[in-house]
Amino acid sequence: MWIYEKKLQYPVRIDKCDLRMARYLFTQYGGPDGELSAAIRYLNQRYTIPTNEAKALLTDIGTEELAHVEMIATMIYQLTKDATVEQLEAANMGSFYAIRDGALFPADANGVPWTAAYIQAHADPITDLHEDMAAEQKARAVYEHLLNLTDDPGMKDALSFLREREVVHFQRFGEALRIVQEYQQQKKIY
Amino acid sequence: MHERAALLHQIQQAEFAALELQLYLDTHMYDQKALMEFNHYSKVLSTLKQEFEMKYGPLLSFGFSPSQYPWRWLESPWPWEEQY
Repeated sequence: MWIYEKKLQYPVRIDKCDLRMARYLFTQYGGPDGELSAAIRYLNQRYTIPTNEAKALLTDIGTEELAHVEMIATMIYQLTKDATVEQLEAANMGSFYAIRDGALFPADANGVPWTAAYIQAHADPITDLHEDMAAEQKARAVYEHLLNLTDDPGMKDALSFLREREVVHFQRFGEALRIVQEYQQQKKIY
Repeated sequence: MHERAALLHQIQQAEFAALELQLYLDTHMYDQKALMEFNHYSKVLSTLKQEFEMKYGPLLSFGFSPSQYPWRWLESPWPWEEQY
């Protein structure tokens, strides 16, 4: 069960209309290392993970990732909502407009639609937690690329927050991995 | 509008502290100090949430927040419309 909370996790300040940046942000909406991939990856891996620590973490981080999907979508929406067709065309988003006007769609910055092929699940907890740790690092790297592409203070603030969350999640998944390894060694003694 | 944003910001801060402690506690279940901090922020959050909801309507759906008349869940701004 999930309960919706009618607020963003972190305030998103959009100071100027920046369509170029809106397009780049799509990669964290529906791209391979984006927030949607993260949420589905963790929430889907929960069912076969053995320890309660990892069950809790996949549930809680998966839920936080849904809040990040909402933040990224909000940023894209606010950056694009007042744009004219001419502005969209000039920002290389004419093809986005042609298909769906201003609607959001989970796709990467090139318009490639989100696919479940971006995530993995193997039931092996060592494998799955390594996948999760790698995913957090990949997302951190992408946020650093995005930070390099903008000098807008509001944008930088929100992206820095999201980047920092990847670092914390990586840390927690590392701890969950250690606990799983201890659990597996314990079982051998029995 | 200014006051609403300020109160919302306080909620975001308290909830962030609680969330961060929750993730930490997921891998440190015996850390009593962290648990005390978590319970502290949980209390702060419910006080702030109550104040916000009295003024600006429900934050949570499905019965986790009460509503005044008429059904205040419909009120704007929605999170993606919020101007900070």
